[in-house]
Amino acid sequence: MAISKTPHLSWSARTVVGVPYLWLLLCFMLPFLIVLKISVSEMETVVFKDLITWTDGVLQLQLKLSNYLFITQDDLYFRTYLASLKYAAVTTALCLLIGYPFAYFMARASKAVQPGLLMMVMLPFWTSFLLRVYAWKGLLSEGGWVAQVLDALHVDQVLIALALIPGPGQYMNTPFSLVIGMVYTYLPFMILPLYANLSKMDMRLLEAASDLGATAWVAFWKVTVPLSRGGIVAGSMLVFIPCVGEFVIPELLGGPQTLMIGRVLWDEFFANNDWPMASSVAVVMILLILVPLALFNKAQSDAQEARR
Amino acid sequence: MSRAPKPILPAYQRRGQWLARAWLTAGFAFLYLPILALVVYSFNNSPLPTVWGGFTLQWFSKLAHDTEIIDGLWLSLKIAFCNATAAVLLGTLAAWALVKFKRFGGRTLMVGMVNAPLVMPEVIIGLSLLLMLVSMQRWLGFPERGMLTIWMGHLLVGMAYATVVIQARLQDLNPQLEEAAQDLGARPLQVFFLVTLPMIAQSLMSAWLLTFTLSLDDVVLAAFLSGPGSTTLPMVIFSRARLGLDPSVNAVATVVIGVVALAVVGGSYALARAERRRAQETAQAARA
Repeated sequence: MAISKTPHLSWSARTVVGVPYLWLLLCFMLPFLIVLKISVSEMETVVFKDLITWTDGVLQLQLKLSNYLFITQDDLYFRTYLASLKYAAVTTALCLLIGYPFAYFMARASKAVQPGLLMMVMLPFWTSFLLRVYAWKGLLSEGGWVAQVLDALHVDQVLIALALIPGPGQYMNTPFSLVIGMVYTYLPFMILPLYANLSKMDMRLLEAASDLGATAWVAFWKVTVPLSRGGIVAGSMLVFIPCVGEFVIPELLGGPQTLMIGRVLWDEFFANNDWPMASSVAVVMILLILVPLALFNKAQSDAQEARR
Repeated sequence: MSRAPKPILPAYQRRGQWLARAWLTAGFAFLYLPILALVVYSFNNSPLPTVWGGFTLQWFSKLAHDTEIIDGLWLSLKIAFCNATAAVLLGTLAAWALVKFKRFGGRTLMVGMVNAPLVMPEVIIGLSLLLMLVSMQRWLGFPERGMLTIWMGHLLVGMAYATVVIQARLQDLNPQLEEAAQDLGARPLQVFFLVTLPMIAQSLMSAWLLTFTLSLDDVVLAAFLSGPGSTTLPMVIFSRARLGLDPSVNAVATVVIGVVALAVVGGSYALARAERRRAQETAQAARA
């Protein structure tokens, strides 16, 4: 293995590196390879056929690619992937829109209240995410608090015009309720990296910009925003990637219109018991999030380097 | 040193303050409204979950006899405890490896594998881990699906979170303190236990609490990795929430929120006291 080649590490150092490394390889890397293998395997009643067989001196490699062909050709899968990406993108944009000013104002608040504000952003984390998503079911159902307010303000007319809800007062199990639930759940994941970034900014740069004649508005767009790019990328990816494969929120708040890929995978696995198909769906999902994942990793390691 | 006079803010910044207050208030209202609603409706004496029918405690007394929920809670607590402890141990090792060893073969891969579970959709982690466990079981005859396998899934995600939290703290440490201990003759293990550990203890504690909560909250991984007879509390809640509004879920929520609120108040009190004591000791040491 790669670790043992490095000459400088002592025996104890190798243990420190090796134990978590081995665990990650075994429980994170290996399972993906197995998923990849099963996605191209034929299922024989209960067991999978081996990919490579050796009979009578003939080495045979059998790859079943029909699942992938099916995914690319079937309209349902294609639309579901597209819808997942769309909802994830909308959620990310809304989180950024709400979260950036939020994190900005937090970072510019007086030093005395900042720990308190940070604590208040993190507190909802400690109460169950599942229960908080469930709460929206009550808030948006007929007679729920938020539904009543939206009705009173005639927001439902706007939402109907945007084709986000089917009729007046019907907020639940629509694209609207789904996006609300996802924005609500993932907003802290946007705020926290942005706050970490913005609160460390060197304020002298803004003074310099102001001395050079920039207005606060120009300084914000030309200095603050570009400097916080690392936080924007990290936060956006922390929201976007899990949203693509989200299962619990579409199941509780979404409806028949809002089929998302996490639910399709779940159904293939639990309802249809089609493991190769579920694996293929998973592999395609991984391919879709590979680029965002690389962006996220880069932002993380940049941030870690910047701390030093 | 004389204190600088408080600067008089220009008009646009004063306007900004109003906007800041309004934005933060609205944001926090958005974050806390569902929690408030959960608690209020857990005391609702009405079969209709969104219609207020007066105050009652009946859902709580029913909760005390709900064996499904109590068994689930017990199992979840066991898993969460094991998970948090193991995640902090593995996370400390991984964070140590990433902070102290800047160059080793496959470091980039390790960074990727530590960060990826933070964002990887749970359905993918659950499915892949399950398929591996099934293959493993076919070859080796173990493990049976149940508490152990749920624990493995949670540990994978928990370790990633623990590593990030501990790594951040380790990076902020002043390396001179450890070097000084070494110069004074401490062996590496002594340096770790006598110098490093006390300094990172607080981050270990928060990593433990974070991974404990994450495990207590997870439904997707548990659904994939559980076997017959091992139903965790979130799985029970999820199956009820799927069917519609259920007052027993609100009652569970109120209990959870109450416990968290107590823990947070108690924790900050203990933290503030420790801080005060440390300040006093420093002052005494300075006087002596």
